[in-house]
Order: sequence, then C-alpha cells, then structure tokens
Amino acid sequence: MRTLIWLFAPVVLFAQVNVPYERIRDANKEPGNWLTYSRDYSGQRYSPLDQINTGNVGKLRVAWVHQVNELDGFETSPIVVDGTMFITEPPNIVAALDAGTGRTLWRYRKDIPSDLRLCCGKVNRGVAILGNTLYYGSTDAHLIALDARTGTVRWDVPMADYKMGYSSTGAPLAVKDKIIIGMAGGEYGVRGFIDAYDAKTGKRAWRFNTIPGKGEPGNETWDAESWKTGSATTWVTGVYEPETNTLYWGTGNPGPDWNGDVRTGDNLYSDSLIALDPDTGLRKWHFQYTPHDQNDWDSTQTPILANGTVQGQPRKMVVLANRNGFYYSIDRTTGKFIAGRPYVKQTWASGLDESGRPMRLPNASPSVEGTLLWPSLGGGSNWYSSTYSPKTDLYYVNAKEMGAIYHKGDADYRAGALFNGGGERDYKGEEPYGAVRALDVVTGQLRWEYKLFSPSHAGLMATAGGLVFGSNDSSFFALDAQKGDLLWRFEGGGNIDANPISFMRDNKQYVVIASGHALFVFTLD
Amino acid sequence: MKLALLCVVCAATSLAAVPEVKVKLPNSRADLARGEKLFEVHCALCHGPKGEGGRGPMLAQAKLSRAPDDAMLLKVIGEGIRGTEMPGAGAMSDHEVRQTAAYVRSLGKVTLKPVPGNPTHGAEIYRDKGKCAICHSIHGEGGVSAPDLADIGARRSAGYLRESLVDPQASVPEGYLLVKLVTKSGQTMNGIRVNEDSFSIQIRDDTGRSYSFWKTDVAEVDKQRGKSPMPSYKGQLSEDELTDLVAYLASLKEAK
Repeated sequence: MRTLIWLFAPVVLFAQVNVPYERIRDANKEPGNWLTYSRDYSGQRYSPLDQINTGNVGKLRVAWVHQVNELDGFETSPIVVDGTMFITEPPNIVAALDAGTGRTLWRYRKDIPSDLRLCCGKVNRGVAILGNTLYYGSTDAHLIALDARTGTVRWDVPMADYKMGYSSTGAPLAVKDKIIIGMAGGEYGVRGFIDAYDAKTGKRAWRFNTIPGKGEPGNETWDAESWKTGSATTWVTGVYEPETNTLYWGTGNPGPDWNGDVRTGDNLYSDSLIALDPDTGLRKWHFQYTPHDQNDWDSTQTPILANGTVQGQPRKMVVLANRNGFYYSIDRTTGKFIAGRPYVKQTWASGLDESGRPMRLPNASPSVEGTLLWPSLGGGSNWYSSTYSPKTDLYYVNAKEMGAIYHKGDADYRAGALFNGGGERDYKGEEPYGAVRALDVVTGQLRWEYKLFSPSHAGLMATAGGLVFGSNDSSFFALDAQKGDLLWRFEGGGNIDANPISFMRDNKQYVVIASGHALFVFTLD
Repeated sequence: MKLALLCVVCAATSLAAVPEVKVKLPNSRADLARGEKLFEVHCALCHGPKGEGGRGPMLAQAKLSRAPDDAMLLKVIGEGIRGTEMPGAGAMSDHEVRQTAAYVRSLGKVTLKPVPGNPTHGAEIYRDKGKCAICHSIHGEGGVSAPDLADIGARRSAGYLRESLVDPQASVPEGYLLVKLVTKSGQTMNGIRVNEDSFSIQIRDDTGRSYSFWKTDVAEVDKQRGKSPMPSYKGQLSEDELTDLVAYLASLKEAK
C-alpha cells in the first residue's frame, strides 16, 4: 500500500499550506509568493522579481490558461502560496490550481440566491489566506472560511442581509488573528461598514460603520435620516502598516449617487480614506476626498503606502489617484493633506485648497436636463490597481480621459431596490481615451504617459525587472517603467477587468492576468 | 420509455406552471407627465420628441416589435437591446423606467399618417436608378460596404431616411467611420474602420475585403468623422422618386 501511494505521488511535492501572519507581514522575504491581495500590506502591487525584465520581456509566452465555466465579469486577483494558486471565479466560486501546470486541485461553489441583486455583475476580486484557511466574501454578503488544502467549508457567516442590497466583491485582508473585510451595495441605499472577524471561529470582533449613527461625530453631515441609506461602501481591499498597527481603507459614494438634495452636507465618511486600529476598529483619522459627492466617485480603490521627501523632510505618505480626477498624497500618521493635483481632465472643481478639500465650481452638479462634466462616472481611475515602484519612485495609474452627461433623477428609497437618484450618459463629443501615467509620488506631477486608444478598466503592476504590466481592452502589455516605452503585448481575446500579479515557481517567474473568461499565465520561453 | 413519457409530461406541466409576468404600468397624470419629461431627456434624441422616430425607430405605434408586452418594454428601456444602438437606462430608477414606459405606450394611442409614396416604384428606383444595392444589402442581396437595410424601416423614421438620402453626412451610423490609412511603406487604404485598439486597426474596403495593420507600420490614419461615402441624391432623384424610395425603405421591417 505504501508503495502504491508513492507511485502516485506527484513529481513536485507541495509544501504544506501554512501562512501565519508573520509571513504576510514579511512578504518581501519571499518575493516568489503573492500572499495577499496586493502582494504585501503596502498596497504597492510591486513584485520584487526581476527574472522577467526589460531585456527579455519580449520573449514572454503563455505557459497555461485556465478557463472559467460561467460567463460574467472575471476580476480575480490570484494569490499564490508555495506553488498553489487560489482564485475566485464568477458566479461564486473559489478554486485552487497547481501554479506550475494550471491543473485544478479543488473547487468550491456557493449557490447564489435567485433574488440576489448586484449593480455590476457577479464579480469577485480574490481571497485572503491565514494559516491553512482561505477567506472569501461571497456575492450574497457572507464571509466563508475554507480549508486551503481541500476547499472544505470551515465556517460561513452572513455579514449582512443581501435582500437589502448588501453584497461582497472584494478580497478580505488577514491581519494578525483577524480577517478584515469590506462590503458592496452602494447603489441600493445600504449603510457601509468594515468588519473584522476572528479568523478561527468566524465570530465578529468589531464593525466600523462608515456612516456615523445618531449622536456620533459626523452624523450631523447628513440630512435627517438620510444617513441610514447613505451607502459609503468598502468594496475594495485596504492596506495595513504593521509598524503603527494602522489599517487604511477607502469608502465609496454616498447614496443616492446622483441626487444629493436628500442628503445635504459633507456626508461623512463617504468617499474617504479611514485609518483604523485593526485590534479595536476604532478610527484614528479620516480624510474625505469628495465631500457631498454627486457623481458616484467612490474612493474605494486600494491606497498605496509610500515614503517621500517633502521640502527636504522625509514623510510617510498614503497616496491615491482618486476617481474624482485628483491625485493626493496624505501624511499617513496624521491624515493631513500634503499635496494634490489633477491627473486627468476635470471640470468640477477649481482645485484643492490647503487642506486638500476640492473647491467645487458652480453648476457642476447633475441636473434633470443633464450636466456635462469630466471625469465620467468611471472616474479618472477606478477600483483596479495603481502601482508604485520603489526602484523608480514613481506612482503608475491607469488613467481614463472621458466626460459624461450627469442626470439627476428620483431619489425614493425602497428597501433592496436601486437607489441611484439619476445616472450618466456617455459623452462622445470629445473622443475618450486612456493612458498609463507615471506620476511623481509626492506631487502627482506627470513624468511620462503611454497613451491608450480607449479608456481601460484594468490594473497595473510594477516589477523589479523595470516593467509596468497593464491592459487595454483585451490586450495585456508591458511598459518600460522608466520611460513608458511599449516592450511586449499579448491579445487575450476578451476584455481585461483585472489586476496582474507575478510569482515564482521552480525558479521561473510567471505573470498572470484574467482576460475575458480565461486566466492567462505567462513565462519566458 | 415510460420514464421518457413521464418526463415529457413533467416538462409540459412545468412549462404550464410558469406564471405569466403581469406588469402594470403607472397611469396617473403625474406619472405620464414625469414619463414625458424623462422621455424628452433620455429618448427623444433618437426616437423623436413625440416618438415619431429618427435615428431610433418610431415608437408612436400600437405594437412595438421589440416590446410586444409591457414586461418586455420595461426590459428594453432598462437594459437596452444588445447588438443595437439602444442603450440601457442606467440613469433611471425602476420607477422612472415604468413612468417612461407608460409614456411610450401613450404615444402608441396616437394615430400617425402612413408614409406616403409608392413602395413598388421605390423598389425599382433602389435597384436601377439609385444603384443602392452596390453598397447596401437586403436579405443577402447587395454590397457590404454600407449598412444592411433589411429592417431599416423598423429602425429609422421616414423623415430620417429622406434626410439620409439628400444629406448623407447629417448622421453617419455608428460603426461606419470612414478612414484613409497610409502605411510607412506608402500603401494607401480607404475603407470603414471595423475595429481598433492601441496596437492595431482593421479596415474593410468597398469590396468587403478586410485588412489589418499594426500601428507600428502605419504612418497616418485620417479619420473622416461625420463623412459618409454615400452620394447625395439631391437633384439626382426627383421629389416624387425620393418619396417613393423612402416609402420602399420604410416598408422594410424584417431582418429575418
């Protein structure tokens, strides 16, 4: 019997899956793995691997392809642990793949309730791992713990009632002994939150409501009872700084999206960055990018922790190219504004004041007849990853140059129904386009751009090989991180709405992107 | 066999058991007034201020081929029609979609004048004097360098069709951008752009042949926005001939 087992043993013996918190904290010690949504806690989505570099990227070829069975948006950002890749697939699937061959090791599927309502497809952006357990936020707003070796469910807890419009689409973040997770549903009049759960038991440790309740500071920034349906969701993964034990998480638009009449005031903490203590869920500070947003400019995209020099002084910053069209650097210790400027065309504010607050122009709000504004609803950029390279000290963003005609409409709340208060129409009078832009990390000043024929909806990844990987339509490409020259491209055959990652297996570096309904994994010839 | 028969019975039963979707559109004066306002903002640009049609089909008719019942009408307004220029109403709430649908149905209660002219004579002009089939196709007959016209009568109003005949530049349909491309080796190509991204461009010439170019090989692409390769028939056809040709085109309703 023993002989038989050995006969069928795989050629490569996988290490036992075990990722304690310290491995994620020290992710730079093992650059061949991709242990959390953005690889490490900084949110930089920077790979220290350099086997694939400016000199040889032209020889990048497909190593394997993984096809998904059900057709919907495929936004997964895989994690890779010691030779095993974990991905999410539409509609509610987690899969483990052998990262060398692409062969499936197991699949877990959660059935979707037939009355589930989602604004933007049955999408999901990935899982978290802690120990030998995977954590997954399902479209019907459950947090589910799976045995990373088999896909067996360990626990499954509802975070909120999907019938009220709550859902989950972002990857959770494992911090010490807790799983931190956001939620989605900003078009359904939900009340946003960030949750932390005990990783072992699934018991909720704390909840930070992104809209303060009656009597709490900030509640006065909402009209009457409008805070109860004010959204401020948290649907993209945040970042963490171990040194100061601070969690940074972005929040989404206030609801209803395009009709601010029913929620006059700044609408805290919508469209904000919130710094939290991950042990208690208590707020350290917040910075609101778009007070009283009327354009659906969520600020949920993953912020980036980077250091810079401002007027000769070293500063610890948290930086972000916001959906509202402005780039911001903020002191990540105090939450105070350092610098900011537009990184795309914007026509709604005359600029940012000394505190970083936008100075809104008159007549720059949605109207019944329609108001033409830049940027569009999709924003100057969106949930997909920006990236920062410590080697070039540049911040790279997939920028979108596009205007839209914003309409104000009804804002009658009905539980579980769309609560938009209007919408937008594409504006085609000025041809939309996209660009990968490299920005000075402190000021946001443009260093170079690589123009894209059409606006893109996909993330970027910088690598130590001097490359920035990105996508446009169905093409995946690599640019020179210093100069922005195109060095390699691949036609994926389906729209790319995902972030790239990279990993090492058997001393070979791989680069990964989801395109259409397939996951493409590339390596050198 | 018994099992198969049983399954057929099961299937028939389950089909019969599917509840019919009953939709009741709002019908108060306030709802219709709001629906009219929404229609003006979101729909009139293509369908005309009173639903008489234009770039989009005429809606002032009792039966709408894409929306035979109210449930389908709500779906069309809410989600659009895939593969056509009809977008979904992302800017409207569910209730506003229902108000707009109610207004659209009210348009169908107005009797519109039939399109004047002799469609049979119009078909002869299309074939002979107009030489339309060189570029346009109807049920597989004709050229492919211009839009297929098999159901043009369902998609465009008579007024729009007449304007297109006398002033083709007035509204060039989506997907028919005329380009002149010059390669770095000096080759020149005129045609319709059928696809383009950051790296390549695909063009179809008037014979229907497609060409693809890497942008690194292209010296210049002149995108002739708002230009149409179609000649104007103003002065080429008499007023009566134009009327008959429009009557023929307006009669083409079925794509098949």
